[in-house]
Amino acid sequence: MYTTTLTRPESYCTFLVDGLLYGIEVQKVQEVIRAQPTTRVPLAPQVVRGLMNLRGHIVSMLSLRKALGLPARSSDSHEMSVIIRSSEGPVGLLVDEIGDVMRVDQADCESVPGTLHRRQRPFLRCAYKLEQRLLLILDADRVATATATD
Amino acid sequence: MDGFEDIIKEFLVESYENLDKLDDDLLALEDAPDDQQRLASVFRTVHTIKGTCGFLALPKLERVTHVGENLLVPLRDGELTLTRPIADTLLEMVDAIRAMLRQVESGQGEGDDDYEPLVARLEAARTQPTATTVDPPTAPLEGGPTATGAGPTAAYAPQSAAPIVSEPIVSIADQPPSENSATTSQASDTVAADAASGTDCDNAAESPLHHPAAPEPATPKPAAPRDAAPEQANSERARSDWKDASGVTKTEASLVDASVRLDVELLDKLVNLVGELVLARNQIVQFSRSTDDAPMHAAAQRLNQITSELQEGVMKTRMQPIRNAWGKLPRLVRDLAASHGKQIDIRMEGEETEVDKTVLEAIKDPLTHIVRNVVDHGIELPERRIACGKPPRGVLHLNAFHEGGQMIIEISDDGGGIDTNIVRAKAIERGMISSRRASTLSESDITHLIFLPGFSTAASVTNVSGRGVGMDVVKTNIECIGGSLEIQSTLGLGTTLRIKIPLTLAIIPVLLVTTEGDRYAIPQASLLELVHIDSLRAHQEIEFIHDTPLFRLREQLLPLIYLDEQLGLHPPRRRGDPPSDLNIVVLYADGHQFGLVVDEITDTQEIVIKPLGSHFKEIPVYAGATIMGDGKICLILDLIGLAQNGGITGGQAERNTPIAQPPWHSNESSSESLLIVDLGDESRVAIPLSSVARLEKFVSSDIERLGDFHVVQYRGQTIPLFSIDGSLECQLVDFSSQHLGLEAPLHTVVFRDGDRVAGIVVKKILDILHDQPVHAEPEGGQAGAARHLVIQQRVTRIIDLETFLRSSLRRWADAWSAA
Repeated sequence: MYTTTLTRPESYCTFLVDGLLYGIEVQKVQEVIRAQPTTRVPLAPQVVRGLMNLRGHIVSMLSLRKALGLPARSSDSHEMSVIIRSSEGPVGLLVDEIGDVMRVDQADCESVPGTLHRRQRPFLRCAYKLEQRLLLILDADRVATATATD
Repeated sequence: MDGFEDIIKEFLVESYENLDKLDDDLLALEDAPDDQQRLASVFRTVHTIKGTCGFLALPKLERVTHVGENLLVPLRDGELTLTRPIADTLLEMVDAIRAMLRQVESGQGEGDDDYEPLVARLEAARTQPTATTVDPPTAPLEGGPTATGAGPTAAYAPQSAAPIVSEPIVSIADQPPSENSATTSQASDTVAADAASGTDCDNAAESPLHHPAAPEPATPKPAAPRDAAPEQANSERARSDWKDASGVTKTEASLVDASVRLDVELLDKLVNLVGELVLARNQIVQFSRSTDDAPMHAAAQRLNQITSELQEGVMKTRMQPIRNAWGKLPRLVRDLAASHGKQIDIRMEGEETEVDKTVLEAIKDPLTHIVRNVVDHGIELPERRIACGKPPRGVLHLNAFHEGGQMIIEISDDGGGIDTNIVRAKAIERGMISSRRASTLSESDITHLIFLPGFSTAASVTNVSGRGVGMDVVKTNIECIGGSLEIQSTLGLGTTLRIKIPLTLAIIPVLLVTTEGDRYAIPQASLLELVHIDSLRAHQEIEFIHDTPLFRLREQLLPLIYLDEQLGLHPPRRRGDPPSDLNIVVLYADGHQFGLVVDEITDTQEIVIKPLGSHFKEIPVYAGATIMGDGKICLILDLIGLAQNGGITGGQAERNTPIAQPPWHSNESSSESLLIVDLGDESRVAIPLSSVARLEKFVSSDIERLGDFHVVQYRGQTIPLFSIDGSLECQLVDFSSQHLGLEAPLHTVVFRDGDRVAGIVVKKILDILHDQPVHAEPEGGQAGAARHLVIQQRVTRIIDLETFLRSSLRRWADAWSAA
């Protein structure tokens, strides 16, 4: 079943989280920076790591692992943050590693299977069949407003 | 097409503004019908709109304004007096114009509404008093649009060639209105004659000298020429008025020239940029302190100064007079009063009082609501007023002024006041309070019941003679922007509502506290006092009801909440836990006093509030966040949310009698005069005036170095200079060389203790407060303990200068003898 929502080749900013390859449209990505110390916000949903000062703007930093229900990181290698433009201004997503910007053929796009856990399904828009692996496309706005706490 | 749309937009913006002014002018004219200046201004406005819409091909709008203008000519010339019916018709015209402009704005042309009846009424109003010159309402005016297009152009053409004589213009202004007895047709005749003679027609048109020469018209002119003539007369007059404006009232014209219309979005962007510049400046200044580079110091100082000025200036651009929020109220009151059969005068004071645009927007609706309520329920019908021995016209008084860094708006009326018996009965009937509780409430408490949500429903509006329609919404809206609301009412005499709002939402003074290693900011508006209790006293003075801690503050129980517990960073404390030193911030929020226990009280600062993202919407305890000088983020606490979260506002902890004022607020304690000084890092210090000998200004070149001290020659004596460090302990430190090399004079407080004299350098002398009641003993009793007071809404430290200076002077004396 081919999706018809995308009509032209799209470029995606890709990154790795817990060994999985995710992508967000490049237009939605403001910048990619090394993760910086954040100010914790007590009582905030667990998905929120804290607040960061990005050149005078206060940006909420979200843990993508927490949002997607993935296990916490074991290694303490440097995290990266992908700053995305959401409907509420910039929001930072903490990821393990930054990948390339990929141009993909929409012919390789498939919708995500219904068997996917309902925890992840709202955040995933579709999956691209790359030669070696799958590229999972995130719905930037939904991720940016994720408040999952468990 | 873009250019054309711009023109339309410009026209709309200008016209809306003009219409608001028109409303005001017409209302003012009702009271003073022969105010020539206002009449001329009304005429000018209508004429401008008419001229432009002819140009923009809006025939309907043009027709209405044209007829309106025709009616205004005799009014302005004093042939007609502005009566109430005429004013009604004119206001109706203003509404019609506004309605059409809205249609134009939404891109639907002028709309399909039929304004012929209005046109007929305007015509009728004009011709009414001079019954002999009745025009048939169907007078052919269709030539209007084309005539206007050509009219002004034709009229302006000769003028541009003719030399402009300034003298006669003055004589027009001097001319008393009573002499102006020409009728419309007479005027047009005069103009025609002058136009024929071809000299200075605009001035001559109004010259009384021409009147004897003009033939007295017995009958109206035939329709066609008559139609063209007033048209010409109008444009001539408009032009002369315009010249009046530019010549006689020069200041007015230059004011228009000196202002620029700006996009609010651009302004907001500028404010944000300045906010960021301030943060960058703070970082640079901090960095420059860590180096010994003199040019760097100088540059940082200069940057500091310029940024502060820029910030002040940009903040000012957002300040607008309260008039902008009040502007529509007179009209509202007039219409509403008329529909209720009431007579109400509205008086306004302090219209120029300025407040930030965002605040202004936020109070607009609550204000309208309150005023509506006053007219609706507050002021009685004329018969009733007379029966009560009051004049039949009620007075609604609006007053705005600045007080203690806040804006106060008072809305008072001389109406019936709030009948507490009815309010009490209503509240009991609606189950809001029990009858037992109601009997214990004071009159003032009962009055405040009207702010309870749900108090005002449709049924109670007619039953309750006081206010009450959605007053809870008004209260919530005002509290949302950090304001507060008070009400005072005397039955039979009237009601006064007092609204306190912050001047700006952009920058607020806060108290910084630390808990569990993180900084949090508390808005100073809700701050009452700071109390420090050491562990020994804490053991005695913190009491528990089960596991709920309470503090006896001047023999009243103050409920305590711990910030770390509220933030989920610490398990709840229990009775029997070992006591520790406590820092209590006494706060007032949502009608309750409570103590917030924090680990440390750090500093005071002015901050820029930034909103938090959607993830934090559910958390009631934060109002926003800010970026501090070191680039780190600090969360701002929402005290109402915190109080509710901590259960303070739950029925149990409710307190009806406020805790007694601190002793230094009461009259019994000794009072003294305080010198308020600014230390330069946004902190304020109060020095008891009794210990101050003189205030002096020294320049940098006066200052010399002697050993470890900086000294200055003062009245034949060498005195050491000190400065007060910014820490909360207020230690005296040696005057730092950082201040040197500055152009500005150094403000110095000279202190004398017996023979010994010393100077303390401060950034600025702010104020001297007389008879400021001061607590006799410093809290804690030891010399190092500084007291804090909230003076003029700011946390101010009071320092015991004598104690500090004695130790400092001893060091000075030691150093001196050693040398």
